[in-house]
Amino acid sequence: MIRKLMTAAAMVALAASLGTGKAMAGKANDTLVWATDREQAVIDPYYNNTRELVIIGQTIWDMLLFRDLDTGEFKPLLATSYKWVNNTTLDFELRKDVVFHNGKKFNADDVAYTINWVANKDNGVLTYKNVSWMKSAEKLGEHKVRINLHKPFPAALPYLSNAVAIMPTGHYDNAPKKPDGKPDIGAIKPVGTGPYKFVNLKVGESLTMAKNDNYLKGSPKGQPQIGNLVFRTIKEMNTQMAELLTGGLDWMWDVPKDQAEKLASRVQVVNAPTMRVSYIQFDTNGKSGQDFFTKKKVRQAFAHAVNRQSIAKNMVGGASVVTHSACHPVQFGCAQDVPQWNYDPAKAKKLLAEAGYPNGFTFDLYAYRQREFTEAVIGDLAKVGIKANLKFMQYRALRDLVWKNQTPVNHMTWGSNSIPDVSAITSHFFSGGRDDFAKDPDVIKSLEIADTSTDPALRRKEYKKALSKISGELYWLPMFTYAKYYVFSNDLDFKVTPDEIPRFYTAKWK
Amino acid sequence: MLIYASKRFGIAVLVAITVSLLSFSLIYLSGDPAMALAGESATQEDIENIRRVYGYDQPLVVQYTNWLTKALVGDFGYSNYMRVNVADIIFARLPTTMTLGGCALLFALVLSIPLGVLAAMRPNTMIDRFALSLAVVGQALPSFWFALILVFWLGITWQVLPITGTASWLNFVMPSVALGYYITPAVMRLTRAGMLEVLTSDYIRTARAKGLRPPVVLFKHALRNAIIPVVALAAVQFGFMLGGSIVIETIFAINGLGYLAWESIQRGDLPMMQAIVLILACFYIVLTFLADMLNAFLDPRIRVG
Repeated sequence: MIRKLMTAAAMVALAASLGTGKAMAGKANDTLVWATDREQAVIDPYYNNTRELVIIGQTIWDMLLFRDLDTGEFKPLLATSYKWVNNTTLDFELRKDVVFHNGKKFNADDVAYTINWVANKDNGVLTYKNVSWMKSAEKLGEHKVRINLHKPFPAALPYLSNAVAIMPTGHYDNAPKKPDGKPDIGAIKPVGTGPYKFVNLKVGESLTMAKNDNYLKGSPKGQPQIGNLVFRTIKEMNTQMAELLTGGLDWMWDVPKDQAEKLASRVQVVNAPTMRVSYIQFDTNGKSGQDFFTKKKVRQAFAHAVNRQSIAKNMVGGASVVTHSACHPVQFGCAQDVPQWNYDPAKAKKLLAEAGYPNGFTFDLYAYRQREFTEAVIGDLAKVGIKANLKFMQYRALRDLVWKNQTPVNHMTWGSNSIPDVSAITSHFFSGGRDDFAKDPDVIKSLEIADTSTDPALRRKEYKKALSKISGELYWLPMFTYAKYYVFSNDLDFKVTPDEIPRFYTAKWK
Repeated sequence: MLIYASKRFGIAVLVAITVSLLSFSLIYLSGDPAMALAGESATQEDIENIRRVYGYDQPLVVQYTNWLTKALVGDFGYSNYMRVNVADIIFARLPTTMTLGGCALLFALVLSIPLGVLAAMRPNTMIDRFALSLAVVGQALPSFWFALILVFWLGITWQVLPITGTASWLNFVMPSVALGYYITPAVMRLTRAGMLEVLTSDYIRTARAKGLRPPVVLFKHALRNAIIPVVALAAVQFGFMLGGSIVIETIFAINGLGYLAWESIQRGDLPMMQAIVLILACFYIVLTFLADMLNAFLDPRIRVG
């Protein structure tokens, strides 16, 4: 204890006596520094389910396949080809010229090891929903591997190109043990085959990655151009902007619309769509103790009272669009020709009166993200006589309340892990699980058929049936798609993509 | 002095034991700690395993004794979120917070004591009014707002100081000013009030009548007595700055203890919360004890009384 205190005292003196440190961002240092407000303690895409790790996961690791965003086509990446043997068996031929960052040569053992590890529920993968459709993998040859599915899963290719990073054989085997005997994943040095390799992590401060000079030639990802990538955690948005303006940072996102517009004369500002959608979820069973929303007319009144178009265009950004079904319009199967609820305050008042609330009522509205968007909803509701008490909290706390059915109405968002398939959102929320308030048997049945069919036409038909019922009954009020403001240095040549996964490995200096 | 010191030490120990009990009970605030540590997807078997490994199946008295015994030698347990021993992360971040708190206190004292003395020497003059205005602004200006003003002018417009991080002493200038300015009014007002009272007392009149030089009267006789309550206040304010610098640490992206406390609450990192509460409370207790000792040294009436 005393030694630690003395060490701490010495570090105080050291901290105070260090020389002036200049920011290391920018073209001159060949270092792209990007920041978000979330710190990352575990650098592993299977054991950290934040957006940052989706991005870092595609930077340090490669998948078997690569999805071309321009064409929607699935191209080989670590695989050279794939073939559906039957509805539940998928064979891959693998590349022979891939090397991991630690020098180990890539082969079928690595794919089989990774998939067998992550598909095993006992291993506690946090992103288990992304891999639970795989039963096992088996080596068929030095560079040939087979993936066995539990049941037909038509969204396999999107998941394999987005969410199944390949680790070297034995990656998790020698992890130090935590006091409870489980492997300490965060203590494992990240090793992949991707365009950038891990250099160091300072928890709460930064993650440094360096260009992989031996990156796979001919990769559909292209070759990395910038020497170093540094991810920084800066909690305060104003501080991020200040750093960007003074050269301490090269790239940031999630900038509020008004502030982004003011920055446009000094740095590059882009508003781009994302895969995230906003929605309102109603307690249709009255389990929360407030039973207003068990009445369909009240939900209809709510839907007619909120000016979603105005919120999307004036607050979210030009790339945002109003949605009508419980998914993102670019996802496979996301039909938009479902029952729609236009902005009509007069009709809302009429429906309220018919439901027995001519003078409105007061309820609790829960939210966790972009308070101003929820406040706009509350303002619209007030105009028709509905008073909402805003309960704004951290996501984790709100999610727990939702799972306990304690929220009469909650304003939520979902990013689908950027998976371009309805199964990543609608099936997640309406298949009878703990997020599903409605537990509608018709919806559950349609989703079950669509999620396990390999016939695209049948899938579209069943998803449409489910989505029509969800929108028609207003289990959810779909709100709008998110659009992000990206702000980055004038020196940076960076292409913004519509799936909320910035590809830093394609960035270069002008 | 020894009797006085023993009494104060005894009180400090009792307060520390009370605080340790409160810190220990934090782990039961959110219900079953084994369930909280096990996470969402844990099975009953996992939960029972954690209960056994962490000793949550033992009687509370045994748990408390074990926890306190370990805490006394710097073992505060393991943070499941940060994946490190709690002591390691706390002692890694403590220097940053100590540096920030120390610099902020230094700034506050260097600004407020001379101003308080000047204001007391020239009451109701321009100097006094200036000092008063500074105090009012300091009290009224939210620290986050003042911090953002500093960032705008010194960081962005003139670019004379770095905005974030702790890479050099320059990184601590803006956060120290923003944090220290907030406590300046209290210290200055107390110095001014103390000096006004002391300067009109008999012994100062006698000292002047003896022909002592004004600086000697002011600094040797007057300030030494007027500074006593300031010492106590500064000690308490230092404790406040160690634990209460969350906003400043957030704005300037400084990974200190205050910010760690806030993050730990959000993550539900119970061992980390326990340790931070205990350590910060112990700092308060030690600082208060030291302030008492210093006051007793400066004013013999205190130790006699």
